[in-house]
Amino acid sequence: MSIKNTLSWLGFLLSFTFLLAVAALAQTAILNVSYDVARELYKDVNPAFVAYAKDKLGENVVVNQSHGGSSRQALSVIGGLEADVITMNQSPDIDILVERGGLVDKDWRKKFPHDATPYTTTTVFLVRKGNPKQIKDWNDLVRPGLQVIVPNPKTSGNGRYTYLAAWGYALINEGNEDAARTFVTKLFANVPVLDGGGRGATTTFTQRDVGDALITFENEAISIQKELGADKFDVVYPSLSIDGSAPVAVVDKNVDKKGTRKIAEAYLQFLFSTDGQRIIAKHNFRPRDPSVLAEYAERFPAIKTFSVDEKLGGWAEANKKHFADGAIYDQIVVKK
Amino acid sequence: MAAAITRRVLPGFGLSLGFTLAYLSLIVLVPLAAVFVKTATLSLSEFWAIVSTPRVVATYRLSFGASLLAAAINVVFGVLLAWSLVRYSFPGKKLIDALVDLPFALPTAVAGISLTALYAKNGWLGQYLEPLGIKVAFTPLGVLVALVFIGLPFVVRTVQPVLEDLDVEFEEAAASLGATRWQTIYRVVIPTLLPAILTGFALAFARAVGEYGSVIFIAGNLPMVSEITPLIIITKLEQYDYVGATAVAAVMLVASFILLLLINALQAWTRRSARRIT
Repeated sequence: MSIKNTLSWLGFLLSFTFLLAVAALAQTAILNVSYDVARELYKDVNPAFVAYAKDKLGENVVVNQSHGGSSRQALSVIGGLEADVITMNQSPDIDILVERGGLVDKDWRKKFPHDATPYTTTTVFLVRKGNPKQIKDWNDLVRPGLQVIVPNPKTSGNGRYTYLAAWGYALINEGNEDAARTFVTKLFANVPVLDGGGRGATTTFTQRDVGDALITFENEAISIQKELGADKFDVVYPSLSIDGSAPVAVVDKNVDKKGTRKIAEAYLQFLFSTDGQRIIAKHNFRPRDPSVLAEYAERFPAIKTFSVDEKLGGWAEANKKHFADGAIYDQIVVKK
Repeated sequence: MAAAITRRVLPGFGLSLGFTLAYLSLIVLVPLAAVFVKTATLSLSEFWAIVSTPRVVATYRLSFGASLLAAAINVVFGVLLAWSLVRYSFPGKKLIDALVDLPFALPTAVAGISLTALYAKNGWLGQYLEPLGIKVAFTPLGVLVALVFIGLPFVVRTVQPVLEDLDVEFEEAAASLGATRWQTIYRVVIPTLLPAILTGFALAFARAVGEYGSVIFIAGNLPMVSEITPLIIITKLEQYDYVGATAVAAVMLVASFILLLLINALQAWTRRSARRIT
């Protein structure tokens, strides 16, 4: 390449960067750090919010997204990723930002309605079409010889919800912890593969043809049916499951530094608006707004659920008791 | 020997050594030291409790065992491959030569996903292997397959140039002096290649021990059965247990370092004995 050529390229690049910089000055950019399977949801939420911000707030906003495993994302924010808001699938991943570096105010749950959870989902089963193994409820999954696909509770929020749902089912039905422990031991004895995250488990079950049932979030199960064909899989709703509320928070330290608090709060508030709730429902998450939930009633059959807070003493305790190193989950998988 | 060290043709020993040390410290030593500094916040008994739980010990067995085995397999087939590429000419040789490097270039996750797709029970290969009772995907065997895949180029690329330098005349001379074919191989060819083979082995092994991306998809990740040590480290990190993660990482580092040192020593020894022969 001649020098002249190189120079003209440089000139072009410089002017391009300059243009970008000018464009960036005129608008506020916020970064939403989120978990893996919320990717499609926020792809729809963001343009809607940008339009809303322009109309109602008179602001030019750009929303950038970052997705990945929930805990890993929280680690990045602790490590310095300048998130304005975080949208996770379990509250410990926000609590950790309170503990480490005080990035989020400790009262984050009180800043938005429903303990700052714009939507919930629950844990359900996906089985092969026609349900050949007759899997109807949790106790069908512990039958010897059955193969159940669950993401790794050590690395995935989805897996933790599954484990706790099974634990809670046995605890509530049998009334004691020994029975619950035996139950989850039997369940995990039937797990042939532990994928790192929810999507990995989906691939193993649907593409690799491994397992008789996949236990995963309702939104994932419905999306699989839609993407891969309702003629291949059935969704099974157990008699009792866990309430998986997805928490959101403003990263106070970052928004105060960047001066983006107003937009960041408006963004999260938007998730609770009727428009936001509709987008959420379209992506198969259960909206909080009862009227929106009613609109999508046929998509979300009624199911009895319990929450980690009411039955298992909250996430901090559940994590310590079940998932910490050497805790119950480690004990049952090592013994088998 | 002593004269060779003191009298140099090119100046700049001080500068280049200084640069080497500074660069190595910045790129290698400082990050590794951080691992040990973080680990040092643990008491010895806490450290031992973390790194000696049965579940973690099972991962050492798989990680180091499968890596050594994979490197050994790669030595056998890597040398064969290098031999064919250097000694014979055939149509498509250039193409095969380029293919060897692909495991370097491919993102490891892609390798892992394709291997899993191949060897799963509905995959191209898996559908024929499963009826025979051979399960590859989601077993320790799958880990081995992934490690063999990513380690192959190391052996081929280290042995190939040495083999190119080894003139056919040596073999012809050996044959004309009355050596049998087998004697020519193990007295002439193998001793010359051995240092390069050991280097290839060490590189393939080192790469395999640290490999995460490709293995994680095919392993199945069952505790006590098919979990690799890097997965334990990642798991601990995701539970915000930095110290536990670095403790296991420190064990891996020390073990790998000792093994690599041993291989290097072995290599130095073979090089000396090879020189004695020629």
